[in-house]
Amino acid sequence: MTRGALLARFALILALGLAGCGGEADSAVDHASPSEKPAYGDTLIEALTGNISGLIPNVLSDSASFEVGSLIYSGLVTRDRDLNVIGELAESWRFSKDCLDLTFHLRRDVRWHDDTPFTAADVVFTYETMINPKTPTAYREDFRAVASVEAVDPYTLRVRYKQPYAKALQSWGIWMLPKHVLEPYVREGRLREAPQNRANPVGTGAYRFKEWKPGEKVVLVANPGYFEGQPHISRVVYRIIPSQATIFLELKAKGVDSAGLTALQFKRQTEYPAFRKAYHKYEYPASAYTYLGFNLRDPRFADRRVRQAFAHAIDKREIIDGVLLGLGREATGPYKPGTWAYNPSVKTYPYDMDKARALLAEAGWTKNADGVLVNRHGQPFAFELLTNQGNDERKKVAEIVQASLKELGVQVDIRVIEWASFLKEYIKKRRFEAIILGWGIGLDPDQYEIWHSSKTGPDELNHVSYTNPEVDALLEQGRQSCREEERKKSYARIQEILAEDQPIIFLYFRDALPVVSSRVRGIVPSPNGILYNFNKWYVPKHLQRYTAG
Amino acid sequence: MLGYALRRLLLALPLLLGITFVSFTVIHLAPGEPAEIQTGDLSIQSDAQARQLLREMYDLDKPLHVQYGKWLARLGRLDFGKSFSPDGRPVLQKIGERLPVTLLLNIIEMLIIVALAVPIGVLSATRQYSLFDKVTTVFVFLGFATPDFWLALLLMILFGVQLGWLPISGLRSLNWEYLSFWRQQWDFLGHLALPILVATFGGLAGFSRYMRQSMLEVVRQDYIQSARAKGLAEPIVIGKHALRNALLPIVTILGLSLPGLIGGSVIVESIFAIPGMGQLMVQAVFERDYPVIMGNLVIVSTLTLVANLVADVTYSFVDPRIRVGARRGRR
Repeated sequence: MTRGALLARFALILALGLAGCGGEADSAVDHASPSEKPAYGDTLIEALTGNISGLIPNVLSDSASFEVGSLIYSGLVTRDRDLNVIGELAESWRFSKDCLDLTFHLRRDVRWHDDTPFTAADVVFTYETMINPKTPTAYREDFRAVASVEAVDPYTLRVRYKQPYAKALQSWGIWMLPKHVLEPYVREGRLREAPQNRANPVGTGAYRFKEWKPGEKVVLVANPGYFEGQPHISRVVYRIIPSQATIFLELKAKGVDSAGLTALQFKRQTEYPAFRKAYHKYEYPASAYTYLGFNLRDPRFADRRVRQAFAHAIDKREIIDGVLLGLGREATGPYKPGTWAYNPSVKTYPYDMDKARALLAEAGWTKNADGVLVNRHGQPFAFELLTNQGNDERKKVAEIVQASLKELGVQVDIRVIEWASFLKEYIKKRRFEAIILGWGIGLDPDQYEIWHSSKTGPDELNHVSYTNPEVDALLEQGRQSCREEERKKSYARIQEILAEDQPIIFLYFRDALPVVSSRVRGIVPSPNGILYNFNKWYVPKHLQRYTAG
Repeated sequence: MLGYALRRLLLALPLLLGITFVSFTVIHLAPGEPAEIQTGDLSIQSDAQARQLLREMYDLDKPLHVQYGKWLARLGRLDFGKSFSPDGRPVLQKIGERLPVTLLLNIIEMLIIVALAVPIGVLSATRQYSLFDKVTTVFVFLGFATPDFWLALLLMILFGVQLGWLPISGLRSLNWEYLSFWRQQWDFLGHLALPILVATFGGLAGFSRYMRQSMLEVVRQDYIQSARAKGLAEPIVIGKHALRNALLPIVTILGLSLPGLIGGSVIVESIFAIPGMGQLMVQAVFERDYPVIMGNLVIVSTLTLVANLVADVTYSFVDPRIRVGARRGRR
């Protein structure tokens, strides 16, 4: 990050410091007072619901390991508060005109946690690790498009692509691994067994590993040699607490400093003065949406008018108010509002029962004397709505959908199925009529795997079997350019088509609802959440709670 | 006597084999496999190549009987294998680091339960239908009927949040390393207090009821009558003559609860964030970490069989009739 960008970021913190708390502004935030100056020290205690499964995130897949890993390791690039790609280990980069050549200039002041300098050889090594067929990683896909990676000199790296690849730049956000430490393990295909996966990982990130007591805690300490300057908070402790209820009580007793709340906790159980004094609450749209999906191979759902009618019959606002206590945003498509690919002007389906009935009538479905929706042959419209167990939110959404469609005369039966068999027996085998499910969306707008007609196979992700040649072409176009303006056009059009087609009914983006101890300063909520500038968080000297370590 | 024990031990082997075979099959029948879970089920990143690699790494591409054979061969060498979890650590090491906590917790809990249940049982039996009997009956059944997690949350709110007397979860405070030795022990005990209280309250009912029932039967026997007729003082009649006999069934039950000491309580451990065996097992099930599940199962079922045996053998020591019966049976 350049100095200018850093300064700009601080300016933004000042400007947004009060407004930033998402309407939960706290008068205790006072940037003018000299004692509030950024200070070093203190410990931040975070809660993880799952044990981490290792310390080399490149070969892991659980979110707990990622959270810890993201403080230990860094990539060539990262995302800023508005989700733009910015340099991390890379100082600058340049694409060739044809998008096939990508040249990185690396920072020269970066050292691994064991004080060895970080160079282009490490980047080449990380690339080789990722494409090594013996490395059990889920992130290989991004590097298949690469033709060659070459270290021109210790601080210059040239990457050649076989064809233009939209995710080229952001894929280099992958955590860089130290060649001098891990090379033998990668060569033997034993990266997971490397001792650095269990203790003392070597990264370039803001924090160094201190200890990991399985099932109990992970402790990280500030890296004094961090290339963007030593982070202010000197110690981060991740406590492993499997029960959400316990985390909430620990929060109340100040046993942890931050946690994500449920809508109910956020609205109803934390609105008392002592809690509001001890914590700042934040809200921003999470990168995941919930949808009502149809099996488009079913002739009833293959008719677009039926899907549009259902979209009119389901009141998204009612769902958000009922299920999330208002803490969410209506979804109009698969992109999060506020991100660059999001198209705000697509067709919407306001709650309108008359319109719904008219559309259904057009499609040949009318109410009979008993109030049941039937087709020309007198067959009633009835279907089973599946969702997975362990997600109360989805169950409630299903109930609201059931009630809404009942008004149209549609009989909906809800079935809740255990996650693993839900996936294996129903989703993958396409044995469903309709589902309530969610998609977590990545940072890149490429959703080829979800919408492309070639991805409807059993192990693939186009579960609803959506096929539209125009969308196919746009998806292919979108992933083959390295220029944002060009891509933006493709994705804007895709959103228009999806809004018109309603292959699934996009319901809502839930809000993420983190709280952080009010003694911590420097947090600025953004479309990218709150953690992106963690190394700039601080606790003013007089408010520091823990001195040890 | 020794022959009897040996014979029982030999008979237990095929039983153990049967248990492992059935559990191995059942676990693999459950949908979802570690290779899928680890490469991100339902994720755009999900990578078929990585999945295949993991499948081969874990032998999941082989037929089930081959997998079982391999596992069994390893077990024969007392090798429980390596965890399927990405850290790939040996199963025994994983169990080893979780076992002490669970064992400690459960032994303390068991001691308290016995120490409370025996007097409660005796008193409510000797004073059947008295106020004490009625009150303790209600009390222990209340404990039996109260869900662990609910009681745990109530106690956490009271002692942890409202009063602030006890820590809410975990085993140690964060500044544990910096405390003096005695403060460390005190801190540790404080963390154990609530989990033990919850587990004891729930477990008291069973034991005290058994004790009461057993005592009720014994005090009606003729020899108690004659002891009283001899003019012995009531405490000696109850404490010496009746109690010894009434404790016999309790020995069996105690023996049978031995494997439970290892298994750990899933609910108590999860809600109090105690890194014990229960938590390990739950996580292993979620991750479909077959070696850890099987390792745990083998240990617990072996212990169950051994505990059965030990209970029978001690029984025969305590009760001469069984010893004689066994000898006669052999002839």
